[in-house]
Amino acid sequence: MSAEATGTLGRPHRWLEALWTGLVWFVTAFFLVNIAGVIAAVAVNSFATRWLGTWLPAGYTTRWYAAAWDEFQLGDVLIATLQIVLIVVAVSILIGVPAGYALARRDFVGKRFVMLLFLLPLLVPPITYGIPLATVLYQAHLGGTMTGVILANLVPTIPFVVLVMTPFIEQIDPRLEAAARVLGAGTGRVFVYILVPLLLPGILAAALLVLVRTIAMFELTFLTAGPDSQTLVVALYYSVFAAGVRAGQSVDAMAVMYMVTTLVWLVVALRFVNPTQLVTRVKDQPRAA
Amino acid sequence: MRAVAKGGALGMGTAGIDRTVLLVVPGALFVILLFVYPFLYGLFLSFAPKQGDLLANYTKFFSTPYLSETIATTLWIALPATLINVGVALPIAFRLRRSTSMQRILTGLLVVPITLGTVLVAEGLLTYLGPQGWFSRILMAAGIVETPVHLTHNYWGVLLSLVITGFPFAFLLILSYITGIDPVLAQAAATLGASPAQRFRHVFLPLLAPGLAIAFCLAFVQAFSVFPSAVLLGAPAGPTRVISIAAYQAAFEDYDYSMASAIAMIMGAVQLAIVVVVLAMRGVSYRGPAGGAKG
Repeated sequence: MSAEATGTLGRPHRWLEALWTGLVWFVTAFFLVNIAGVIAAVAVNSFATRWLGTWLPAGYTTRWYAAAWDEFQLGDVLIATLQIVLIVVAVSILIGVPAGYALARRDFVGKRFVMLLFLLPLLVPPITYGIPLATVLYQAHLGGTMTGVILANLVPTIPFVVLVMTPFIEQIDPRLEAAARVLGAGTGRVFVYILVPLLLPGILAAALLVLVRTIAMFELTFLTAGPDSQTLVVALYYSVFAAGVRAGQSVDAMAVMYMVTTLVWLVVALRFVNPTQLVTRVKDQPRAA
Repeated sequence: MRAVAKGGALGMGTAGIDRTVLLVVPGALFVILLFVYPFLYGLFLSFAPKQGDLLANYTKFFSTPYLSETIATTLWIALPATLINVGVALPIAFRLRRSTSMQRILTGLLVVPITLGTVLVAEGLLTYLGPQGWFSRILMAAGIVETPVHLTHNYWGVLLSLVITGFPFAFLLILSYITGIDPVLAQAAATLGASPAQRFRHVFLPLLAPGLAIAFCLAFVQAFSVFPSAVLLGAPAGPTRVISIAAYQAAFEDYDYSMASAIAMIMGAVQLAIVVVVLAMRGVSYRGPAGGAKG
């Protein structure tokens, strides 16, 4: 180690570093090119008349979209998806924000336990707890229903909202609420005129993140959905699973519709949140340290 | 905390404080009812097999190679995928630690595969990596291979799908830890004559160790619970019959919820075991103050 710091080895060191930098960028570019290839392959195939053994399809058509829409009953699937996602977003905000508020503003016995309770569903992967959860839901005759799908999807989203909102609420000065109370505002008025406007950016960010995550949530929906409570991603899974039954292009047409749905909301979400927030479940944990 | 004192001073009394704490109840109750309870229920159900004694499900799992081998199969996919994802994400995230437009563009691009999810990535890879796909075509045009490479419906397809969705996840996680480290620390080291490699080895790495361990655990746990791509892109009857497929088949094909719960519990136990090992290793290797990002 000490030899590296001396000036004699300075030059080959710099050369090695340039090589290392080049390698890092090469790997990054290679990864991105392949992602682009995966997405483009789906998109191109969805417009292809026939695509066998060539670089590009023989011709282009839009008829697969109409075909996919009819074959997979995408109208119904989209309506079910919309209902499930909107209810999940609304309920997780309604339950998660007050819980986040209590955790941010009060110290109470068992607070660490409650925090752990909200952390666990985000750390345990959905397929692991999804199977016992689906068992319980089926026993309660909720399996295969819209309610069951919504309940299952709420398991990770409520804790997610709590853990996004808690640090957000902590940074709002509690004296603002106290001042409003001094001036005679009741709890309801404090909530409507002080808290909601201050919390709105955080609520919006949390809602968008839940929205994007719920559209893409495969495992929990898959384990609990029935024929008329499938979301788009589950319908896509079944159509890929049964590949060969239908033309590959119409499966890809459906995949493109799914991509567009997801990416539109992702672009909207990215205007309000940092991309790292999609994965770091506990917002800015190291920065708070 | 401060609010408690203020609330009391404002004459809200203890009732007001309790009411605010009550706001946490619906959320906590929901998690207990639909997360904790199903888990415990599953645990008990796994010890109440359709036939046989208390441990019948577990003895069946570990004495039937078709079932018990799924653990090794899943580890054999999940561990390499996690090592690749964390290992490649670390240098790239480190290179991009300063907040630049490059960092913003790249993080924005990398959330795309995460957001699209494993099902879409599996469908895309089937076309892209398939024998007629662009990937083989480019390799053949470049003269690297002569016949199309077989990367779908086998081990490689699943591994690659885990890299495509898992690498961005590991990258964003590690990036958020690296940007939490005060750059002043590295500047101080540079002033004292440390080379970039030394700064990484002696300043960043020790501070990053807890974050890296957590990133490894989360990435591994995700990879270990691989399901859709193992079915769609792998060979679900053979080389990529992962443990989640075994659990799914027990529940939804054999309708043996007791056995399915047992497999889910085993899946959770293996994940927990690896997490414990990684965190214990971190405890051995790590010498600095915990979470001392701002020194």
